[in-house]
Amino acid sequence: MAAPYDDAPTGPLIAGTRTDAELADQLLSPIWTRKSRGWLMAYGLTSLGALSLLVFATWTVWTGIGLWGNNIPVAWAFAITNFVWWIGIGHAGTFISAILLLFEQKWRTSINRFAEAMTLFAVMQAGLFPLLHLGRPWFFYWLIPYPAVMQVWPNFKSALPWDCAAVFTYFTISLLFWYTGVIPDLAAVRDRTPKRWQKIVYGVFALGWRGSASHLRHYRLVYGLLAGLATPLVLSVHSVVSSDFAIAQVAGWHSTIFPPYFVAGAIFSGFAMVLTLMIPIRRVFRFENVITDRHVDNVCKLILVTALIVDYSYFCEFFLAWYGGERGEMYTMFHGLPTGPNCWTFWVTMFCNVVVPQLFWFRWFRRHGRVAWVLSLLINVGMWCERFVIIALSLQRGHLPSMWHAYAPTIVDWGILAGTIGLFSLLYVLFLRWVPIVPTSEVRELNHELARERKREAA
Amino acid sequence: MKRAGPIQLGLVAEFASPEQLLEAIGRMRARGYRQLDAFVPFPVKGLEAALDLRRSGLNWLAFGAGLFGAGFAFWLQWFVNHHLYPLNIGGRPSFAIPVFIIIAFETMVLFAGVTSFASLFWVCRLPRLAHPLFAVPGFESASFDGFWLGVNADDPAFEPEATEGHLAELGASRVEIAKGLA
Repeated sequence: MAAPYDDAPTGPLIAGTRTDAELADQLLSPIWTRKSRGWLMAYGLTSLGALSLLVFATWTVWTGIGLWGNNIPVAWAFAITNFVWWIGIGHAGTFISAILLLFEQKWRTSINRFAEAMTLFAVMQAGLFPLLHLGRPWFFYWLIPYPAVMQVWPNFKSALPWDCAAVFTYFTISLLFWYTGVIPDLAAVRDRTPKRWQKIVYGVFALGWRGSASHLRHYRLVYGLLAGLATPLVLSVHSVVSSDFAIAQVAGWHSTIFPPYFVAGAIFSGFAMVLTLMIPIRRVFRFENVITDRHVDNVCKLILVTALIVDYSYFCEFFLAWYGGERGEMYTMFHGLPTGPNCWTFWVTMFCNVVVPQLFWFRWFRRHGRVAWVLSLLINVGMWCERFVIIALSLQRGHLPSMWHAYAPTIVDWGILAGTIGLFSLLYVLFLRWVPIVPTSEVRELNHELARERKREAA
Repeated sequence: MKRAGPIQLGLVAEFASPEQLLEAIGRMRARGYRQLDAFVPFPVKGLEAALDLRRSGLNWLAFGAGLFGAGFAFWLQWFVNHHLYPLNIGGRPSFAIPVFIIIAFETMVLFAGVTSFASLFWVCRLPRLAHPLFAVPGFESASFDGFWLGVNADDPAFEPEATEGHLAELGASRVEIAKGLA
């Protein structure tokens, strides 16, 4: 495998010398070519997963959250673990599509569409958990200030309305940003597909886009604006989520390092998910020429960078617990987490988030897709465990030993977690099949630029 | 721009590459044409400058909307939690500026984002699913690999046959009549 990868870090962002038209056809044609049976299987499997969500969520709403393993003092457990995990995953999508756009990182072009879709679908899963955790989800609108007859208003000093505002804004902006980006590609499908029904459906969603220069001047500005607006959200959403914890008095939560620690963890887990999705996608669609080894390499490096920030935060947490010398916190950090009930999740976290990412220091691991893919899965697991450790393990060992309690999830807890993974996958498979997953318009712009550079060098 | 009735005629010409398009725009402008528009599958560097299009001003709208959103959310929290129904939680002040900033910030981003998205479609007069340009034979390539230049019939320099000749001279692979450009 060695020879073709030798130039990967500096290799081309678009391999080969296809013309713009050939590239566009390659990237768009999966939408109108015949489906293979594998797709049906993918729909079936992921639908089964989504069905599990439907069953267990309905059961929960019907009976109440007594079906879950939560109990005082571990009142948060799986629901909030899953919430934090999913919403964290979304952050890498926004990081790639917004921050890397502002920094003019050309390699973002090929992967921003599907990373941003990952954000949307992940935030959808995340949003479910606080709703279900309410116990009576039909009262969720109490979080929104509306002129109620009873004059009962939300308490804006509580973290719940913050979450509500942050997640709602995040989802809305991500959706608008993503849709703005996809419009020229929808227009291309409308004009290119041989199927009449697709011309109509994609035509409707393309909103009559015709690539006019007088529109483009507004379009490009708005796309940049939305990127600029999404950028602070990458930092703010998980900071707000971390405030749910940091403003509480629980040992292991009450720490000022939480906002940056959570943001780094979010981007770290999100990049792991990007890698998990990107390696199979480029294989299935044979998009290795636009999602090159250099892209995989870059994502691995970003995982390494964010892992180091996360690891430093772990270190700080323990150091500050020791340096602060508060007995309850010392106990939680040095006994409760590493040796208490469910402590295996702590050790999985340490292994997956501290040890595993270090392998990305070595080129060999960054250049072998399958190996990197397995490592990315481990990191996903590790980040889920990290959230579980923060939430359940800290709550298990509060300041009052008579309240100590070992948390154990129930089948419903697992069913809902599996169900959201199923629904996420189902949405993702539908996206892969029906939406141009690589921004064709932007890739052609880049391709054209690269071709011109090549010509200039040759001359 | 004066509208000459419901239908604004014009000519559209297809070019094979962005460079040819830019060159053609330069030549057409040198001949005195001013009401030009281009239709391209991807943003072309220098296109806006070549067409002498002003920079979009939508950012100011978004800025205003963002300020309004932040102000509105801040006011709402003060109004609800301090003025209308003060909540005493642990003796903390009911008018809590640092805490109110969080939601004010999120609302600012939300208002600015939604406004910039909505205003984009407002100024572009989209969605518009049926447009005379879509009836132009071969115009499908504008989203794919064709770079189209449009000349409005309202243009002072426009002479139907002469303009068609000019466009063909510049290397257009085809020149078609469009029953409306804007």
